[in-house]
Amino acid sequence: MNEIKLDTDLAIRMRGVTKIFGDDPQSALELLRAGKTKTEVQAETNHVVGLDNVSLDIARGQIFVVMGLSGSGKSTLIRHVNRLIEPTAGEIIVDGTDVLKMSLEELRAYRRNSVAMVFQKFGLLPHRSVIDNVAYGLEVRGVPRAERLEKAAKWIDTVGLSGYEQSRPRQLSGGQQQRVGLARALALDTDIILMDEAFSALDPLIRSGMQDQLIELQKTLGKTILFITHDFDEALKIADRIAVLKDGAVQQEGKPEDIVLKPANEHIEEFVREVNKARAIHVRTIMERGEFEACEFTVPETARCEDVLPYFAEHQWVGVTNEQGTQIGRVTAKRVIGALARYTPGVNEG
Amino acid sequence: MFPEIIDTRPWRRAIDDSLNWVVRNWGDEFEAAAYPLLMLLNFIEDVLIATPWWLIMAILVGIAWLATRRWQLPVIVLVSLLFLGIMELWEDAMTTMALMIAATITAIIFSIPLGVWMSRSARVRQVVTPLLDLMQTMPSFVYLIPTVMIFGPGKIPALIATIVYAAPPLVRLTDLGLRSVDPAVMEASRAFGTTPSQRLFGVQIPLSLPTILAGVNQTTMMALAMVVIASMIGAGGLGYQVLQGIGRLEVSRGLFAGLGIVVLAIVFDRITQSFGKQLQAKIGLAETR
Ligand SMILES: Nc1ncnc2c1ncn2[C@@H]1O[C@H](COP(=O)(O)OP(=O)(O)OP(=O)(O)O)[C@@H](O)[C@H]1O
Ligand SMILES: [Mg+2]
Repeated sequence: MNEIKLDTDLAIRMRGVTKIFGDDPQSALELLRAGKTKTEVQAETNHVVGLDNVSLDIARGQIFVVMGLSGSGKSTLIRHVNRLIEPTAGEIIVDGTDVLKMSLEELRAYRRNSVAMVFQKFGLLPHRSVIDNVAYGLEVRGVPRAERLEKAAKWIDTVGLSGYEQSRPRQLSGGQQQRVGLARALALDTDIILMDEAFSALDPLIRSGMQDQLIELQKTLGKTILFITHDFDEALKIADRIAVLKDGAVQQEGKPEDIVLKPANEHIEEFVREVNKARAIHVRTIMERGEFEACEFTVPETARCEDVLPYFAEHQWVGVTNEQGTQIGRVTAKRVIGALARYTPGVNEG
Repeated sequence: MFPEIIDTRPWRRAIDDSLNWVVRNWGDEFEAAAYPLLMLLNFIEDVLIATPWWLIMAILVGIAWLATRRWQLPVIVLVSLLFLGIMELWEDAMTTMALMIAATITAIIFSIPLGVWMSRSARVRQVVTPLLDLMQTMPSFVYLIPTVMIFGPGKIPALIATIVYAAPPLVRLTDLGLRSVDPAVMEASRAFGTTPSQRLFGVQIPLSLPTILAGVNQTTMMALAMVVIASMIGAGGLGYQVLQGIGRLEVSRGLFAGLGIVVLAIVFDRITQSFGKQLQAKIGLAETR
């Protein structure tokens, strides 16, 4: 029973997905399974290990962020979900259906109706106007012209590009082009959205606005979003869960706080070092639970340290409330500073 | 002397005999098969000759205007056509134009699908590429003679020879154009669940149209380059005038008819190129190249 329930809650399930680029992936796969590293396999066989035995469970309605350095296999991973890349080995189940067993016709229907993708390199159609680009997915799906243009216009407005409907992609800046790509994917209104560095070309202001919209979208419509980024701060802001990739293998997977506070290895520690910890640490993990006298200022338990810092200019402590708004504890400046110091390497060590 | 290793005479005899056999037994069938080509050529020629000269001038000048939206090219076209008229070359020029247009149309019909096929299969490309090399480098007389033997002298072998010579660049450029479409764009299209033919007609062909048009331009130019040879086996027109000029040692006749060919080449070259540039600008490739 438990197993079945788990399955229906999962949007995307990857099991042992391995991808080796090259002419003879099977022999390279054997080397990899025999325990050789990506570098060794590459040196010996000239085959590139894109993904190495990746298993992920992405629950429905989550924002799942994949992080990793350049070349770590993030784009390769996301392309497996809609089978733009065929894995060398492994299993990919989306909404209970085995993606790798789909016929070409089923695969097309799946791509048209169930997954939309935003590309790192935008992939806009240069010969079409912005609005026709945004309406492209709907056009492929067979939506009548008037309806799809209406939807496209709405999304162009949402991403802040009204007035550019008739422009060609090349007439737009990089950030504007990226927003066209975003609108094109969002217009499809699919349950699963794949975003490959979808905000990388945006300026900080628009970027922050887009992050808020994404969270909103996930909250209100329950979308499952697989999001790739280089930016740990971005990941901390939007992620329900984070997986860190290195050389195609998952190094650690977990809640954002777990990654920041308990990095599994040196590689992740290095990654985490520069991160804004006040954003990563939630109030609920460091609060003192219990009855305290009511405080003038309160924050919800889902707030982050950075949200309470301003209050400490005037107050010794701040109340913490649960979803119903009742106070369940408090957090003091000392605790916050203690937490930040504890997880900053070199400070207060040992 | 290279030593004689094997006797090649039986091979040659076999080739000659089999050609003779084909001519004797299949001549009529071949002629019937090529009949649509002849119809096409005659139709175009009749239309061009029946159309009053000023209308043809107006149409070509109009096309030149559409292709560039400037006055320079229409003026060049007008002057070129006036030259043909004044030099009493108009009718011959129309015959030559008909041959070129018929060859180009036929080449387009065959080359573009072949180019599409090549772009999708490495094996097809491996087979077709050397064939195209052969078509372009083999001296045209080599295949001209058997075609004349099969079809008899006249317009059909002239047209076939022109097509054989003029079609390869279009095949190559179609293949190249389709394959050089940005893979990121193709992938995005694939991710939205398009069928292969939706990608071909909706993405690949529109984006490679400038390259394909460059192929059409090459084809028209190479077709014009063949007109003198074509006229040796029965295609009239400017080529025939050149031939006669040479034969009678009338340098002036050869010179003017030769200039007439050049003039036609300039007109069609500039018009097709301008359309290509216009398309490129429209698609948005102009700035990145
Ligand atoms: N089509 C391919 N053929 C061969 N190797 C490939 C191919 N695509 C990716 N790779 C290799 O797979 C590895 C992972 O590439 P990938 O594009 O997934 O990295 P990434 O994490 O998305 O990097 P970035 O952050 O720079 O986008 C790289 O070593 C790359 O060289
Ligand atoms: Mg990438």
